[in-house]
Amino acid sequence: MPRLTFYLIVALLLVAGIGASVHRHVQFEVPWTPGELRQVWEVEALIRFTARGEPVLVDLALPADQPGFRVLTENTASPGYGLAFVEDQRGRRAQWSIREASGSQQLYYSVRLLVTPDQSPPPQVPPPPREITWDRPYSTAAEQVIERAYARSADAFTFARELIRDFGDQRQGENARLLLTQFERGALLVRLLNQAGVSAREISGLLLEDGRRRQTLTTWVQVFDGQRVMLFNPLTGAQGRPENLLLWEAAGEAVLEVEGAVNSRVTFSMLSHYQPALVPDLRDQFHDETLLNFSIHSLPLEEQALFQTILLIPIGALVVVLLRILVGIKTSGTFMPVLIALAFIQTSLVTGLIGFLLIVAVGLVIRSYLSYLNLLLVARVTAVIITVIGIISLFSVLSYRFGLNAGLTITFFPMIILSWTIERMSIIWEEEGPKQVLVQGGGSLLTAVLAYLAMNNPLIRHLTFNFLGVQLVLMALILLLGNYTGYRLLELRRFKPMVDD
Amino acid sequence: MWATPAKLRAKGIVGMNRRNIRYIGRYNRRRLYPLVDDKLKTKLLAQQHGITTPALIGTITTQFGIKQLEVLLADHPGFVIKPAKGSGGKGILVIERCDSAHFYKPSGAELILTDIERHVSNILSGLYSLGGTPDVALIEALIHFDEAFADYSYEGVPDIRVIIFRGYPVMAMMRLSTAVSDGKANLHQGAIGVGLDIGSGSAVHGVQFNRRCNHHPDTNHALADLYIPNWQPLLLLAAGCYEMTGLGYIGTDMVLDRHHGPMLLELNARPGLTIQMANGEGLKPRLDCIEQQPAGRPPAERVAFVQQQFARRSAL
Repeated sequence: MPRLTFYLIVALLLVAGIGASVHRHVQFEVPWTPGELRQVWEVEALIRFTARGEPVLVDLALPADQPGFRVLTENTASPGYGLAFVEDQRGRRAQWSIREASGSQQLYYSVRLLVTPDQSPPPQVPPPPREITWDRPYSTAAEQVIERAYARSADAFTFARELIRDFGDQRQGENARLLLTQFERGALLVRLLNQAGVSAREISGLLLEDGRRRQTLTTWVQVFDGQRVMLFNPLTGAQGRPENLLLWEAAGEAVLEVEGAVNSRVTFSMLSHYQPALVPDLRDQFHDETLLNFSIHSLPLEEQALFQTILLIPIGALVVVLLRILVGIKTSGTFMPVLIALAFIQTSLVTGLIGFLLIVAVGLVIRSYLSYLNLLLVARVTAVIITVIGIISLFSVLSYRFGLNAGLTITFFPMIILSWTIERMSIIWEEEGPKQVLVQGGGSLLTAVLAYLAMNNPLIRHLTFNFLGVQLVLMALILLLGNYTGYRLLELRRFKPMVDD
Repeated sequence: MWATPAKLRAKGIVGMNRRNIRYIGRYNRRRLYPLVDDKLKTKLLAQQHGITTPALIGTITTQFGIKQLEVLLADHPGFVIKPAKGSGGKGILVIERCDSAHFYKPSGAELILTDIERHVSNILSGLYSLGGTPDVALIEALIHFDEAFADYSYEGVPDIRVIIFRGYPVMAMMRLSTAVSDGKANLHQGAIGVGLDIGSGSAVHGVQFNRRCNHHPDTNHALADLYIPNWQPLLLLAAGCYEMTGLGYIGTDMVLDRHHGPMLLELNARPGLTIQMANGEGLKPRLDCIEQQPAGRPPAERVAFVQQQFARRSAL
């Protein structure tokens, strides 16, 4: 009986899925809810360079325990290289070395950091202000800039703030512009502060954002006033350390030094997840079972960050299946709402909704003109794709000009899918009138919002990423739904007149 | 506002999910779909099986062939041009009469030959076909619909939809165009659906926009007086579509021609469920009854069976 096989498959999927999840819960003590968890950041630095057949020495600054973050474990991947961790007055550093290497090289360093409630910072020794000498035209400019800021300040911190403001876009004077042609902003600020007798140094930090890849370090200026330390953003003059800023190099040294190779650079990817406070070292258990470890949690961070999103797609698809089979909502394009929901995750809901409506509305207007031109289908859709790209570029530039940074995330929308949506909506408009456009467009948008809410739920994110067995359970659920012969919710209304008689 | 599932079940109403899984999925084999999705294929197949369809004046398959349009249309005062793969009545052009230079639509609008050539060109480039695939234009003789229906139609041709399940006609309705539906026979655009008694072909129930209705809103004629002449031959024709296509669950769209009697317009492998509302009755009891019947009966026996089994008294 095919029916029997069907239910057997469903039962098998359910048992395997639930079994795998329970096993992971018991064996690795991964809790079911993200509630009683501590946040752990996994940050991976990828160093790339091109070796030229000579001995290579790579020297990378490493993060240390600091207010807000505690280093749990560190790992490196660097086949063939000698490796040493050094701790000296320059801070913690990793040094890789090799006698001979040629071609493109990649070195990995990954660190797991536990987010800890704020603790008092370790006492910091301020570096003595260095003697600063300037070349001829710059010395007068520097003196004037210092004088100006000094006159308007009361102590070391207000002085630093005024100094940074003088280099800001609005108040940039002639002197500031001259100095900026010769020096980098961070280094320049430190020089000026030092010349004025204020201890300061330039340090590098990483802004932590979940799931980001290919990020670079940002420069910050640390200012000492004798007893206290204060961090300044050299671009805006903002004081204080943002909560998600991880100080990667805090001694005023270079982050990466490479000898014997060219084109060296370092990029960072990061991922946040939650772990029980009691067993923070769960990752190491995976490293033990090397060959038999097929879990995606053994992948490099960059790929894991990708999977965190990929594993959510079945949840979005399940929402679509539920809404279509159980409710009977009409959408334009079966799984288009899932892709829109994925874009919403990147853009945040309100920005995403506004962006989506803007693009589709403008697209429909332009598409209605295209229909006068009587083009073949493929050419017409391609024209719409180009139009959509144009609209997205225009909105990005406009929102940037008006200072709305949220508008820039509009580029996360899948452009080809949007173009097909516009094409389909416009055909529905011509054939069935604007009312159907509202019904189907509204249905798609409602589905997308619900899918977004499901995919963005912390508990669901926790379950799908940490328990791969959930995917099998989802599969079983969807198979069962595919067999549902009952009424849809909207049919209860559609056929209502028939039971009235 | 809402009915409970139990009440709908008691009425024997079939929902979309049930239709898709239990009937379409089980009785319609995928590879047979092209037979009904392409009107030209349906037509040629119908001719082989002796099922009457509107006479084919000609087909146009290439943009180059459009030049022959004038020669093709020369002897025909009225004709219909339709895309072979169109759906929902899209792209159908009806010309009622023509003189030396002009063609007239039923609404009275005037067209010239260039307009008709452009329409055919659009059909060929796939403007009306699903997914925009290249298509073929069919030119058919005009249907002269039976005068019995003149009082029940606004501009359009009233057609009769019969659901054929395993070769048995199970339910039928007539679709009457109205001013609201703009002469179109689509129920969701405001056409009237009139349920027909399988036994006699007379009207049993009528709906417009899912609400009960007893009179045609434009002509004000009582639907109760509506009946289909030649009912049994029409059912026989519809039932024969099962042998013709091999599809177990289809909707047949028929018309009654003044001169040629019942004719098959097109077939639909995914017929809608509104027919239940037009009849004021659920499909399920009838489908269940047919599932009990043995396979292999000839069409005449099947028609006789359903005429006796599903006869209803009018509720109008």
